[in-house]
This record gives sequence, C-alpha cells and structure tokens, in this order.
Amino acid sequence: MKENDLSQAIQSHIKSALNNKTPLAIEGGNSKSFLGRKINIANKLDLSGHQGVVAYEPTELAITVRSGSKLKDVEELLLKNNQQFAFEPPAFGENATIGGMVAAGLSGPRRPYAGSVRDAVLGVKIINGKGEILEYGGRVMKNVAGYDVSRLMVGAMGTLGVLLEVSFKLQPKPQYSLTLSHTVSAETALKKMLGWRRKNTPVDATTWFDGNLYFRLSSSEQVVANAQKILGGEVINHADNFWSEIKNQQHHFFTQEKNIWRLSLPATLASTDKTAKELIEWDGQQRWLADDIPASEIRQYAEDLSGHATLFRAERSQNEPFHPLPGMLLKLHQQLKAALDPESIFNPGRMYKEL
Amino acid sequence: MLPDHTPAALSSEQKQSLINGLATLLPDNILLYKDEDLHPYECDGLSVYRQTPLAVALPETIEQIKAILRYCSDNNLPVVARGAGTGLSGGAYPLADGVLLGLSKFNRILKIDPDARTATVEPGVRNLAISEAVAQHNLFYAPDPSSQIACSIGGNVAENSGGVHCLKYGLTVHNILQLKILTMDGELLTVGSEALDSPGYDLLALMTGSEGLLGIITEITVKLLPKPERVQVLLAAFDNVETAGEAVANIIANGIIPAGLEMMDNPSIRASEDFVHAGYPVDAAAILLCELDGGNEEVSELVMQVRELLLSNGAVEVRTAESDEERARFWAGRKSAFPAVGRISPDYYCMDGTIPRKALGKILAEISRLSEQYQLQVANVFHAGDGNLHPLILYDANNPGELEKAEKFGGEILTRCVEVGGTITGEHGVGIEKLDQMCVQFTAEELEQLHAIKSAFDPQGLLNPGKAVPTLHRCAEFGAMHVHKGELPFPELPRF
Repeated sequence: MKENDLSQAIQSHIKSALNNKTPLAIEGGNSKSFLGRKINIANKLDLSGHQGVVAYEPTELAITVRSGSKLKDVEELLLKNNQQFAFEPPAFGENATIGGMVAAGLSGPRRPYAGSVRDAVLGVKIINGKGEILEYGGRVMKNVAGYDVSRLMVGAMGTLGVLLEVSFKLQPKPQYSLTLSHTVSAETALKKMLGWRRKNTPVDATTWFDGNLYFRLSSSEQVVANAQKILGGEVINHADNFWSEIKNQQHHFFTQEKNIWRLSLPATLASTDKTAKELIEWDGQQRWLADDIPASEIRQYAEDLSGHATLFRAERSQNEPFHPLPGMLLKLHQQLKAALDPESIFNPGRMYKEL
Repeated sequence: MLPDHTPAALSSEQKQSLINGLATLLPDNILLYKDEDLHPYECDGLSVYRQTPLAVALPETIEQIKAILRYCSDNNLPVVARGAGTGLSGGAYPLADGVLLGLSKFNRILKIDPDARTATVEPGVRNLAISEAVAQHNLFYAPDPSSQIACSIGGNVAENSGGVHCLKYGLTVHNILQLKILTMDGELLTVGSEALDSPGYDLLALMTGSEGLLGIITEITVKLLPKPERVQVLLAAFDNVETAGEAVANIIANGIIPAGLEMMDNPSIRASEDFVHAGYPVDAAAILLCELDGGNEEVSELVMQVRELLLSNGAVEVRTAESDEERARFWAGRKSAFPAVGRISPDYYCMDGTIPRKALGKILAEISRLSEQYQLQVANVFHAGDGNLHPLILYDANNPGELEKAEKFGGEILTRCVEVGGTITGEHGVGIEKLDQMCVQFTAEELEQLHAIKSAFDPQGLLNPGKAVPTLHRCAEFGAMHVHKGELPFPELPRF
C-alpha cells in the first residue's frame, strides 16, 4: 500500500472552497456514485491519493488507516495477520476506499452477528466545515470522552465532515467456515433463521432467494461439524465466491434492469409481497426487492413493519433514495449539519436535499 | 471539581416563585423542594461532591416530563437528569439553580420480543432486571457494569456503560437499537429504530454517552443475546505484572476473544482475598481471570487452548473452575475489589483511563512512581481485554489536603494514559470529575465543535450544563497542555 499523507493539501482545498463559498463533492474510489442523491457539483475533493496505514498493532485488535486507502489493500493486510473487519464490508468496485466504506456505512453478510461498520469504528480524524483538523475517539475499545463524533460520521455520506483517518476494531478470522443450503420457501427460511437466532449456533451469514436458503457456519472445524449435523443442508462449494457475489452485488439479482430497494426491518416472520422479486439477508433484517412498485407503497410497507426503505439502485425512477425523515428529526439533522458544516460545503444534497 | 456553570443568583422569593410555578404543573408527591427531602439527591456515586438542587422532580408520565422541560425552558432553569445515581463522575451532580429530574419511577419493562431478540424498557429499569426478565426466554442483556444490581438502563445509555464483557460483547452503544428522547423544548423524538439501522445520521450513537447534555431519554429498546450454553473461568497467577500483560496480548494474537479478561495486581488481590476469601494466590504479583463462553464444545476447546497459552506465557499457576460455585468464587474476588479496597482505606478514588494494552507495563511503572511521589497507595484493577484500567488511589479525606492530593495524582495518571495513546475515561464518563483532563485530551477547536453539537440539540444550554465538555476558559485556567494523542511535543525530554 502506498504511504501518502495528503492532509495538508486536502485542508488547503477545503479552505479555498470556504473562501470562495463553493461546495465540494467528496470522492474516494467513485465506486458508490450510484448511491444517494445525484448532485451536480463541479468542485471535486478527491481523497483517493490520501493512503496508508497510520498504525496497526494486531494484538491490540485495532488499525488506523487513511481514508483514501483501498479497501482491498487493507483487507489483504489484515488477512496476512489472520484478522478481518468483522462486518464484511461490501466493495462495489476495485477502487472502493476506506473513507467511502465509512461514509456510506454499509455492512455485509456478517453484520447481524458481529456488528456493523459503525460498531467497529473506534475513532476518526476529520476536517470540519471550518477547515479545522479534529480528532475524536481513539484506538482503544472503550472511550467515552466527548460525544461520539466518530460514529456520527458513519453513514453521513460525507455531509458532516471530510474523513482523513479512521481507526477500527478488528476481529480474528474464523478458523473454519462452511456454507450449506436448504430448498425452502421464504416463510420457512424466515422461521428457521429466527429459530437459530434464539440459540448458540455458529451461523454467521444467511441469505434466501429463488427458493433456497444459504447459511454459513464459522468456528472451529469440530464445532462447525457438530452444527452441520444438527442444522443439515447441502454443502455449497466455492462459498467465498458465493458470499462475495452477494455482498458486492455482482449476483444476478442485483444486475436486473429494475429498481433495487433495500429494506431494513426488525427480525420478523412477515414476508414481503410475493409478486416482488426478493433476496433476504441478515435473518430477514435486510431484504432486497427488485421491482418497480411505487416508492410510496414500499416505504409504507417498511414503515408498517417498523423499518425503512432505501432506493439503492434506481433504474428508472427519480425518487428520493433515502427514507424521508419526520419533520422534527429533519430539523435536528439540519441543526447538526450546521454545527459541523456551517457553510454547507460538504456534499450538500447528497443524502437529503435539506442537508 | 465543580461544573463549568455559574448558578444564577436567585433570591429566596424568586426560588419560591419558581417552585410554585413547577408545583402547579404537577400532582402532589412529584416535586420535592424542602431541604430534608432534597438531601438524598445531593450527590451521585462521586459522593465527595454534594449540592442540593433548587428542586427534585420525580415525574411519572411523559406529559409531566414535557411540562417540566417546557417550564424550565421558559424560565431558563437548568435540568439535570438522574437515574439510579450510581454514576462515578458526577454526571448527576445537582445544580443549585436547577431542577434535578429523577427518572426512577419510569421502571416498567414495556415489551419483550423473543423472536426479534429485543426488549423495550423505561429508563429507570435496573440493568440486571432486564436480564432477569428475559431469562425465561434463554436470553440476556450483555453490558454488565459492576453496579448492575442498582444502576438504571437510562444512566447506562447516558454514560455508554461498559462492564467486564466488553471485549466480546461491546459497550452499551453496541447493544441498543432505539431511543425515545425528549428535547429541551419538550419534543418527543425517536432515534434509531427496531431494525439494525435507520435513515439519517447516527443519532443513536451520538446520544449514547452524551451524559444528559443532549436530551432526556424516556424509552430504550435493547438488543438481547441467547445465553451461552456454557461458561468457564480460568484463574492464572503471575509473578510479574508485565508477563501477565504479555499473556493477554498472546491470547488475543491467537485469535481468541474471551468473554472477560480481568487483571488484578497484588494490593488488589490481597484486599479482595481478605474480604471474600476467593482463594486467590496472595503472593502473586498479578492474577488474570479469563472467562470463556459459547457452545459446549467450543468452550472445551478454548479452555484447553487458553490454559496452554497461559502456561507457556509465564503463568506460575493456572486453575480452572471445577463447578459453578468455584466460578462464582473466582469472580467474587474481582467483583468485590472496590469494596474490598474500601475496607483497607478510609477512602479511595477510582480512576478510569484506557490504554493500548501494550502500554500496560509503562503505565503501571508510572503509577507506582507517582504513588511514591504522592505518598499514596494504589491498588490496580484492570479490564485487561479492552485496556480499561481502574487504579484505586487510597487516601483519607479526614487528612486535610489528601483528597486534593489524590485528585492531582489521578489527574496525572489520566494524562499519562492520553500520552500513550489512550483516553481519560473508558466507561465512567467525564461528568464534573474529568473536565480538566478533557483539556488534555482535546484541542480548543475540538472542544468548540463539541459545544456546537450540544447547541444543535439544546440552544439555550439548559441540559446538564457545565458537565462533560469544559469551556475554553476553564482549560486556560487549568493550564493543561494538550497532549496530541500520544505524541508529546518533546518526547525526548524527561517529564516529571
């Protein structure tokens, strides 16, 4: 991995944007440009050159990296030490960066069992909307000094500050994994997954589509073998490829010429509208719909189940991508945006038009 | 230490008129204002600092809290929220010109959903009561601060409480899904959701650990986990503290994440042994307690692995608890470490710094040097798995000047923690206690940004003012040098 600290250049770029009152479009590997609202901002702040590992101490289970570092480079480094990001971050391209991973706040198959990106974030170094370099959190697991600005950055789509460095908690890579499948309906799959959740099973990934439930067991070989006896199922070969196709959305489900909706729901047996094409993950807590049903219907459906819906990949719709916020909550978001980015120069409108 | 808040100079007529105003909004028995009724509320777990508030309100409904907040907002009265009052940093220290808002009557468990593995509770519910209520479903709530018998979940959220199982199960922030909060102007908001994420900014994370400065928590939905099939504890003795520290690093380097990994030094071992007779080796320089949990076979494999690791890493003795009783006894010593130290010293002052584990030897050497310098004894209890250190400084408040000396000593320990790349507080919060050390950990710009975040929630600055984040004026007076995350300005110079 390249070692390249561009903090000063990035800060100068931000300060000159502040002087000229021109908003900035923050860019990493440009692999998630499809996500969020389209903004037409000419002044790009490219972070992809700002690379390198600031600190990595495997026995501390922590790493600090610059935001422009490529996710795949960092994952390779961790693998050499038999470690990983517990949340299995999706990468929608070779160039996906650590900064983009944090700003979008997306997690992969292991998320319900091992936590999300935000759960793994320990600290950040950012530049705020006044052009100041600030650090919050740190490299230790427990830290309650000051508000949790670090986790606030996760999923904020770059609208609250520019990430320079991020520190993460790491996890050892499981000794052994095995993926199995059952041919079952969505209803039965949901029932099975909810049942597993109630017990100490080594299940650490689930997905259902086209009448098949796929699940991964991870632990020691012996523990996995015993769980396999109890849970049954057919062994899936090349399982790593299988899960990375799901996670990175290369699977054919995600490449249909339809709107792809992401529903985030509580663990529930409620099954989605049968007319829609559906891919279920996270024990039913993340569901993907490939359909052109009107946005209002999908959003209402998600709300009725105490969840929310994101128009993740819009094929032919001009809808707002993110679930609308209730009035008072939106007002608080605006006040918070103003507290961190008073001139509104960071990705204005990328997440919601008011932010 | 005192909050960064200058109380409004209220005449007794003004006070009476404010109390009367509040009283008209509330039924009888909700508002306390007589001196003798206020005394039980004059401090929290940081009991060396006491102050009676203008009034104590113990509301029973959300509407009553709203009415109190609106009245206080209109009359510019500060509001300090309080749960069970077990906090150790003075977060619930009352303000002379403010209302102490006690949430103890909000003590109902509203919903348990075993399929979703969640429980929705009111803020006054005790931490342990949640696990007790869901035990019938074979579930539990993971964060277990040592005060869990008494402390309330609302306070846990406000402080982002930890416990002995953080390395594996995380802090409060990792174990909650949704909050209902009231803003200072009485608006009820839902942050987070029953799903694993929610649209917009992560206000759930921002609220967690905000020490009552951003909003009043009125409802919490927590995540539950299936109870582990089996739990096993190993006790290892070492004749050198640093060797014990290296053993911890090696367990983790081998890809093992124990449920709990605790260290005690010799003074703590002796104090605990005298108190609860846990059977600890009293001549050991340090002991490690390593708890492993999970499925049956998984635990069997881990116990063998950890046992060998401990022995090959210099443990002079390793015991495995043979029964549930023995396991409870191993833990009893650790869990009673604070009261045990309380028996051998008239007073003790508990610190809460966190360090990267590799700095353990350096910090312990520094603590014993400072102990000599200040002529005050120290007993160390250490959440070794996650780097959270609790030095207990022994002192006698009856000796004039000794509390101040203990505080100064404690402050120096925290500064050293920041120097080695750690933090001034791992789980107890800043409150009023560590305001000065915040000046060490953060720059002026960083503190200003935190104040701006508070203003976004509470523009009048009425929620728990003067706590958690110091004013720049205070930092200037304290004269602390900001230590830049482990990088000292002149690292080659000796420091005294």
